[in-house]
Amino acid sequence: MDIHEYQAKELLSNFGVPIPRGIVAYTPDQAVYCAREIGGTRWVIKAQIHSGGRGQAGGVRIAANEHEVHAAAADLLGRRLVTKQTGPQGKLVQRIYIEAAVPIAKELYIGFVLDRRAERICVVATPEGGMEIEEIAAQSPDTLLRVVIEPAVGMQGFQARELCFGLGLDAAQIPDATRAVMGAYRAFRDLDATMVEINPLAVTADGRVLALDAKMTFDDNALFRRPNVRELRDYTEEDPREADASKFGLNYVGLSGEIGCIVNGAGLAMATMDMIKLAGAEPANFLDVGGGASPERVAAAFRLVLSDPRVKVVLVNIFAGINRCDWIAQGVVQAAREQRIGVPIIARLAGTNVEEGRRILSESGLRITTADSLADAARKAVDALDSATGAATAGAGALTEAVR
Amino acid sequence: MSILVDEHTKIILQGFTGDKATFHAKEMIAYGTSIVGGVTPGKGGTLHLGLPVFNTVKDAVRVTGATASGIFVPGPFTADAIMEAADGGIRLAVAITDGIPAQDMMRVKRYLQRYPRDKRTTLIGPNCAGIISPGKAMIGIMPGHIYRRGRVGVVTRSGTLGYEAAAQMAALGIGITTSVGIGGDPINGSSFLDVLQLFEKDPETDAVLMIGEIGGPQEAEAAVWVKSHMSKPVVGYVAGLSAPAGRRMGHAGAIISAFGDSAAEKAEIMRESGLEVVASPSELGATMQRVLAHVASAPTAAGSAQPAAIPSAAR
Repeated sequence: MDIHEYQAKELLSNFGVPIPRGIVAYTPDQAVYCAREIGGTRWVIKAQIHSGGRGQAGGVRIAANEHEVHAAAADLLGRRLVTKQTGPQGKLVQRIYIEAAVPIAKELYIGFVLDRRAERICVVATPEGGMEIEEIAAQSPDTLLRVVIEPAVGMQGFQARELCFGLGLDAAQIPDATRAVMGAYRAFRDLDATMVEINPLAVTADGRVLALDAKMTFDDNALFRRPNVRELRDYTEEDPREADASKFGLNYVGLSGEIGCIVNGAGLAMATMDMIKLAGAEPANFLDVGGGASPERVAAAFRLVLSDPRVKVVLVNIFAGINRCDWIAQGVVQAAREQRIGVPIIARLAGTNVEEGRRILSESGLRITTADSLADAARKAVDALDSATGAATAGAGALTEAVR
Repeated sequence: MSILVDEHTKIILQGFTGDKATFHAKEMIAYGTSIVGGVTPGKGGTLHLGLPVFNTVKDAVRVTGATASGIFVPGPFTADAIMEAADGGIRLAVAITDGIPAQDMMRVKRYLQRYPRDKRTTLIGPNCAGIISPGKAMIGIMPGHIYRRGRVGVVTRSGTLGYEAAAQMAALGIGITTSVGIGGDPINGSSFLDVLQLFEKDPETDAVLMIGEIGGPQEAEAAVWVKSHMSKPVVGYVAGLSAPAGRRMGHAGAIISAFGDSAAEKAEIMRESGLEVVASPSELGATMQRVLAHVASAPTAAGSAQPAAIPSAAR
């Protein structure tokens, strides 16, 4: 789960990480009020969306008076900000964060990740802050400092000091910087984060250490024990279909193709997408209906997949272990009847109770094409797509031999 | 022979009296697996499915002599259950449950290292389908009837893709020594490499099918090890060719977030390391059949028929 910059800063601040004074605003008038409240003569106005690269996309403005604050806020709010992470459709800016602008002497980078190779929390730091870590790693890998944390005892003071000295900080700044690093580590550990990034961690012209930007990502599997993190979830930042799917215990990821997929198991779902691609088309989605899929869940899966207007064909691929093919088949038939599905359905069932499942499909009288292997299913789905889009190819006879 | 489990392995189930464990315990018993009891704290002294229930793993091990455990407790309590198994003398813990916090797994793996190598618990999973040695035993949730006994080892992250592979091979008359599901989480108990080491030592395994997916370094690490250490042929497949970067595809660990995480990059490392890479998931069985044709003409590595004890090789 991702959260906004201002939320991450507030969490980190609770763990002793120093941040500039800032307030979130939803309207230009509020923004002016916030700037007045913060005081000073220069402010930073930052678009709050779940994406990196906001600065380069024009989502961060400097204002030197209230009029400029108002103008910047009015321009950002309601705009769709397109960053290199959002895709061409961008993300709607619904809130902005107003902060006191501080004169910066030095910009550092510090990031905490769950390192899959070490199976430990790992800290990465570099004196070349302000840039994306991927760029730094590519351009000047020698500047990267790395510390691996022993899970039994957690991060130790010496590790934080080594990082801070390694970043070239003055002796006078070391105590503050060390506190900031340890605070960020404790936030990572105590809130079950999977990523904490402070970029830049700045040294100001008057020698203070401040987190100027912050990003945090959390472990979905641990949200059950982090209610204060869970409540920060912003559903408007998520694909509504994905949020809807999670309510039914379905795992859905929207993609851009035309063949909708309903599969059990994440691995088989990815393999089914691969098959579609190899057969010359593109999958519209990833969807794992999970183990023990009831007819209701299958029906929900159909509703979800068909809510994507691009979907021209639905491919159902179930290898029943915990599931039973007859249940799945009932779910498919029920969904096809109740939802009056107009697009061709290709169903491949295998595993437990497969004969019964196939019988239910073939006796339903519905336009459901059965397939007996992964390859057969993908080919029939692509054939059906070709017929549906009029681009009939040599193999486009699948639908006529539909109900077998 | 097989690796990790066979018909002689005495197995308990943790979370025994819950719905999921009950359903799958029946399946495992029907398959011929030696389930000797289970653990549900607070229900010790009762019987479930005609088998004794214990309050603690230590009690269960003392009374039944179990050496393996299938863990079905919910995600929030799984780390605790794994550590209890390790401390109770269980040598093989198979965690089926998904939804375990990553930092819990980090601590679990650190905890397992407190035991000397020869007493250390081998952990399979979490978030996996389990282990099956066809015709002998299974600790897991797979449909046993699709597996055929034979001479191919299977190691896979995904459960259903493992079923797919077993069915494709069975249709071609190819059977399996053992199929191991290592699970879809970013931090898991045994890696591809750990399981490949066991198959390399198993005299009845002639070749191995390794089914990976996007995310993490394990497929590449295993491939590099195969190149320098493995005498048996390995067929590899990586799911997620069409997965976009930065999106989590169902499994907590299935996400392209770093260099080397994509299916194409992993397949390339496999190819460079001498694995036979399966281009399409519909050809898992056919590719193995082709590879086995070469193995059959070569002298077999089958040596003594000693049972492969629960290995200490796995970290």
